[in-house]
Amino acid sequence: MSRALRWLIPLAAIPVLALLAYGFRLNPREVPSPLVGRPAPAFALKTFAGQPVSLESLRGKVVVLNFWASWCYPSCYEEAPVLERGWQAWRDRSVVVLGVDIQDTDDKALKFVRDFQLSFPNAPDPSGKVSIDYGIYGVPETFFIDTQGRIRAKHVGALSEEVFRQHVERLSSESQGAAQR
Amino acid sequence: MIPELGQGMLLVALGLALAGAILSAAGGRTGRPALVESAQHAALGVFALITCSFALLVYAFLTFDFSVRYVAHNTNLGTPFWYRITGVWGALEGSIILWGWMLSLYTLIVILRHRERARELYPWALTVMLAIMAFFITIMTVAAPPFSRLNPVPANGRGLNPLLEDTGMITHPIALYLGFTGFTVPFAFAVAALVTGRLSDTWIALTRRWTITAWYFLSLGLLIGGWWSYHVLGWGGYWAWDPVENAAFMPWLTGTAFLHSVMIQERRRMLKLWNISLVILTFSLTLFGTFLTRSGVIASVHAFTQGSIGIMFLSFLALVVLVALGLLAWRWDALKGQGELDSVVSRESAFLLNNVMLVAAAFTVFFGTVFPLLSEAVRGVKVSVGAPFFNSVNIPLFLGLIFLMGVGPLIAWRRASLDNLRRNFVGPIVVGVVGAAVFYALGVRSALAVLSLALTVFVAATIGLDFWRATRARLRMGESILPAMTGLLARHNRRYGGFVVHLGILVIAVGVTGSQAWSVQTETTLKVGESASLGGYNVRFDRLDAAEESNHARVVGTFTVANGRQPAVMQPSKKYYPQESSPIAGVDYWIGLKEDLYLVLGDFTRDGRQATVKIQVNRLVTVIWIGGLILTLGTVLSVMPERRKAA
Repeated sequence: MSRALRWLIPLAAIPVLALLAYGFRLNPREVPSPLVGRPAPAFALKTFAGQPVSLESLRGKVVVLNFWASWCYPSCYEEAPVLERGWQAWRDRSVVVLGVDIQDTDDKALKFVRDFQLSFPNAPDPSGKVSIDYGIYGVPETFFIDTQGRIRAKHVGALSEEVFRQHVERLSSESQGAAQR
Repeated sequence: MIPELGQGMLLVALGLALAGAILSAAGGRTGRPALVESAQHAALGVFALITCSFALLVYAFLTFDFSVRYVAHNTNLGTPFWYRITGVWGALEGSIILWGWMLSLYTLIVILRHRERARELYPWALTVMLAIMAFFITIMTVAAPPFSRLNPVPANGRGLNPLLEDTGMITHPIALYLGFTGFTVPFAFAVAALVTGRLSDTWIALTRRWTITAWYFLSLGLLIGGWWSYHVLGWGGYWAWDPVENAAFMPWLTGTAFLHSVMIQERRRMLKLWNISLVILTFSLTLFGTFLTRSGVIASVHAFTQGSIGIMFLSFLALVVLVALGLLAWRWDALKGQGELDSVVSRESAFLLNNVMLVAAAFTVFFGTVFPLLSEAVRGVKVSVGAPFFNSVNIPLFLGLIFLMGVGPLIAWRRASLDNLRRNFVGPIVVGVVGAAVFYALGVRSALAVLSLALTVFVAATIGLDFWRATRARLRMGESILPAMTGLLARHNRRYGGFVVHLGILVIAVGVTGSQAWSVQTETTLKVGESASLGGYNVRFDRLDAAEESNHARVVGTFTVANGRQPAVMQPSKKYYPQESSPIAGVDYWIGLKEDLYLVLGDFTRDGRQATVKIQVNRLVTVIWIGGLILTLGTVLSVMPERRKAA
């Protein structure tokens, strides 16, 4: 090997080191999703109460699709009251909150729904199909779907009142604007 | 006052380590022994100071000195005596100081063993060790100070992470860190060889026992970690390809490769460059492992800590890698090999293939571990790489390695003749095939399990064959059988120690194969008086009780278990620690040679009438731990002083 070329050996380590350094820049909370801006994958589920619910049937409403599990402590426990309050405040304004319970057992999930007195529809995803379609990385993750059925935002981790209001207000004012036009 | 004393000692130790490193390098350059002697005194001082400050930290734990932040975070008034001592290394600050202490201990032993011999290499090796030491003390004084104060002083501490309240956690970090820090010694001598240009076998001969020792402790640390995971975490497994486990496994793989490839250099003067590269790689991976577990860059189910320390580790890792590879490039011409491979069918090529496979395994583990990071950097998509990837890539490699374990030690050097192959391998292959048939007849249907077991039988047969031939040779010389065998072990302890280690690995492989293939589990909800059965065990739920311990509350389920013989009681529990948000499983198990019964208490109703229980019958897991014991015996045998010359 020529004199100059051999000095490339230490340089070969640099990409790996750079990649590791890149790791510091990341916020593990932010999971960019390729789905944002695309039509939301269709689904048809049956809620714990036995009601069928599908994305199709919610067309024309702003949908807050929240993936959760009873074992997801503390994040899901933190955001459950936020979702319930949001649902109470917005349900009359064409906003639906829908919970999808993944990788869970029904008894634990029902206990969760009871404990937080959740009144918005919640459905189990027994085959895991919906969570796969939405590319769920972990729980909780929340998708904000506009009245046209497109995913407009995704939030990872416990939802705060602030984030909930911000997305829902935006999507809901858009739809009103569209209706007026 | 005492914490300030401890912190002060660390500062002085930092000064000494830096001074020692410089003095020793100067001594190496100028050849003046007085300089090296001063460096030795500095190293001695570092050891004494770190020992004292470690003792002060233990003292702060024992006396519940909650004015020290680290103590307040990792202990409380209810923490039992022993866990107050082991709690010292239960989190970041303490594990770094333990690490530093071990490194200073190794440095001390290096001084005691090597100061007379290896005049050229030794000062530079000492420089490297003290420089690495200085880095760890810098971490202790800047990024993770164990003695920093808490104001106002809390009345009680937060308490140790309850998962760490376990005997496995007393020993696991010690073994693992002895392994990690142990690889510093071969690395230091390798760098010394590069600096001085004395690239012959001296550094390898000097570090053989060090490498084996470090390798052994790393193996032990991995096994104890598996044992801890198995009986504490409550999911019934011992290995999950978690980044933290991978972090310890990667240097183990490359370290294993190094252990084997040095034999080629000793014997054939080949692979100089490769050996130096492997030891650099192994040491860098130990640093990388620490970086991984301590920086929070890669999410893990048990990444214990996060903090700015990651930046320091990464910078140091970069420094080590760039300097070491720079030296390598500088000495490139001297490192180029002299020997050449005579034939593909030879011991050299078997060892080479073994190295390629081990390094490939290390690479896939590395790739799988950092892939989430890479994917996010390149495509902005977060992904997780799970057990399926690691298993499907590594299982074929491991099976290949087991096969080579049978071939390598028996095949001839240079060029194996057909006769050599026939003499050594026809018998074992026949035995292996018969073994496969027997396992199939016994009802083993998984092709993977049959293959894996047949390979272990084949390798065991090669070892048996070799040992029998050597014994027979001695019998012909008129020795009787027992002295012949023990004499062999004692005189050729290096060879037969290696064989015993191989046997240990085989036994572990049998345990892993069996537990993967035959374990069964179920989860069921029982009312009081109801039973469930699994794998010949009948488990009846009797009652649920609550109990109060010194630092936690417990809900204990009582189950009567029968398997045809005398029924007995098992009591899995759930432990509620005030500092933890979720309960922790108290697994109850029966450990047996063939199978373990493993009960985990799940959810229960408040009135105690109903409870969910997870029942697992885990087969052959104990065999893994037995393999660990055999591995220990083999290692001890192979590092004993050689007595061959006396023969």
